[in-house]
Amino acid sequence: MSAATPETGYNFAYLDEGTKRMIRRAILKAIAIPGYQVPFASREMPMPYGWGTGGVQVTAAILGKRDVLKVIDQGSDDTTNAVSIRAFFARTADVAVTTRTRDATVIQTRHRIPEAPLHEGQVLVYQVPIPEPLRFLEPRETETRQLHALAEYGLMHVKLYEDIARHGHIATTYAYPVEVAGRYVMDPSPTPKFDNPKMDDCPALQLFGAGREKRIYAVPPHTRVRSLDFEDHPFRVQSFDTPCALCGAEGVYLDEVLLDDAGKRMFVCSDTDHCEERRADGHVGTGGMETAHV
Amino acid sequence: MSDALLQARGLTKHYGARLGCADVSFDLDPGEVLAIVGESGSGKSTLLSLVATELAPDSGSVSYRMRDGVMRDLSRLSEAERRALMRTDWGFVRQDARQGLRMAVSAGGNVGERLMGAGARHYGTIRGTALDWLAKVEIAADRVDDPPTRFSGGMRQRLQIARNLVTGPRLVLMDEPTSGLDVSVQARLLDLIRGLVAELGLAVIIVTHDLAVARLLSHRVMVMRAGRVIETGLTDQVLDDPAEPYTQLLVSSVLAA
Repeated sequence: MSAATPETGYNFAYLDEGTKRMIRRAILKAIAIPGYQVPFASREMPMPYGWGTGGVQVTAAILGKRDVLKVIDQGSDDTTNAVSIRAFFARTADVAVTTRTRDATVIQTRHRIPEAPLHEGQVLVYQVPIPEPLRFLEPRETETRQLHALAEYGLMHVKLYEDIARHGHIATTYAYPVEVAGRYVMDPSPTPKFDNPKMDDCPALQLFGAGREKRIYAVPPHTRVRSLDFEDHPFRVQSFDTPCALCGAEGVYLDEVLLDDAGKRMFVCSDTDHCEERRADGHVGTGGMETAHV
Repeated sequence: MSDALLQARGLTKHYGARLGCADVSFDLDPGEVLAIVGESGSGKSTLLSLVATELAPDSGSVSYRMRDGVMRDLSRLSEAERRALMRTDWGFVRQDARQGLRMAVSAGGNVGERLMGAGARHYGTIRGTALDWLAKVEIAADRVDDPPTRFSGGMRQRLQIARNLVTGPRLVLMDEPTSGLDVSVQARLLDLIRGLVAELGLAVIIVTHDLAVARLLSHRVMVMRAGRVIETGLTDQVLDDPAEPYTQLLVSSVLAA
């Protein structure tokens, strides 16, 4: 990776040690109560809200000198958000960075879980815009806290009911609510529901940081994560008709890429690292232009 | 020892120096309909909020006979018990349907919410029950997916009733359920409420300033003035032969139809 020049004059990983300790306390509490949203004193970061200030603070708090950092944005290692956050930590913490999922010890992500299976010792840090899964049904924070405290989650099913009533099936495709360890209902951040099954019994630690909303929550390794559904409308992930046009991978999440003004398009792996590794191994896609159903 | 469903004892509430209601006591039997009447500001709604545990009284208590037959002081219930009681065994039909309904959620979702809250997880069953209840309150089946924002005032009130009754409550509180509706819609709604109350054997506390509503629905009437109960008795007795000068005034001020 491009070696950024380390900055001087900043504390390791930008945040001061007091702040990092505060965030670590919140993280420990979050791990102790899986799925529970722990308030924390979110700091101003040198980037706007919505660009991952929550995830960056969590990453800054857990990063050590020997960590290897990977940052993805919608599965991609080379979009603006991913590149700038990776450069930020390369400069302020002088840590090694990588795009390879299996080499990374800390993976900060916006909206995807890597296709390659995560392993023990890895930490996945999610950037979360709105941590409250009940927010759009119940605007009062005082009330949603009560609902969580008393595990009254009927309202969450009202949302799924509305989906089926309107669309004939559960049409929520991202930020699909999950129940963690049989207790708290949690918003898995705007990852596609395609990734929900990967959260279940995941060997890696999953941390969620919401900077603007000042909340941290967590799913410890090997925790039961169940997507909510109805008995007669069970949870199902999207499926794609065609494999990746570049590497031929099946059963992965695909992005639609427009190729020209005439509407020519192709579907390729959203996880760029996964796609590149497969191509390096000799897998070749059709370059086909068929359509996919989401 | 009475077998009352609900007992209010000495309910008193002040808003700062002003009086909300003072020293109100009454018993409500299972299946009994009690109307609380009085002019605006007489403390009717304060009393209803106290009974519904939405306000905490300065003094006094409300007890309720739970489904296991044990009389419990509502202020001693845990928050979880209190909320479970409110959404299964009690209903609350609001004057303003927007406070009692989720306006962004379809009619079916509104009726189904309590079922899902109680743990129902089968879409087909929830929807079937919702459709049954919409039929009972005379809302056409093809409106089941419309949000209440597209409903008329009368339909919203009927939807509120369906939403509250779907879990088979034993006690329903109603706060001016017919006000703001035109007279013919009022008549139909009252007819519907009367039918359901009789059919389901509901106990009802209904707050109204409209004596005609009290006469039509209730077995007993409590007349309030300036935060106090000034007269109470059987509906026809109080309305046809009022003892208190204020009640006489109230009764005689009803416009002849």
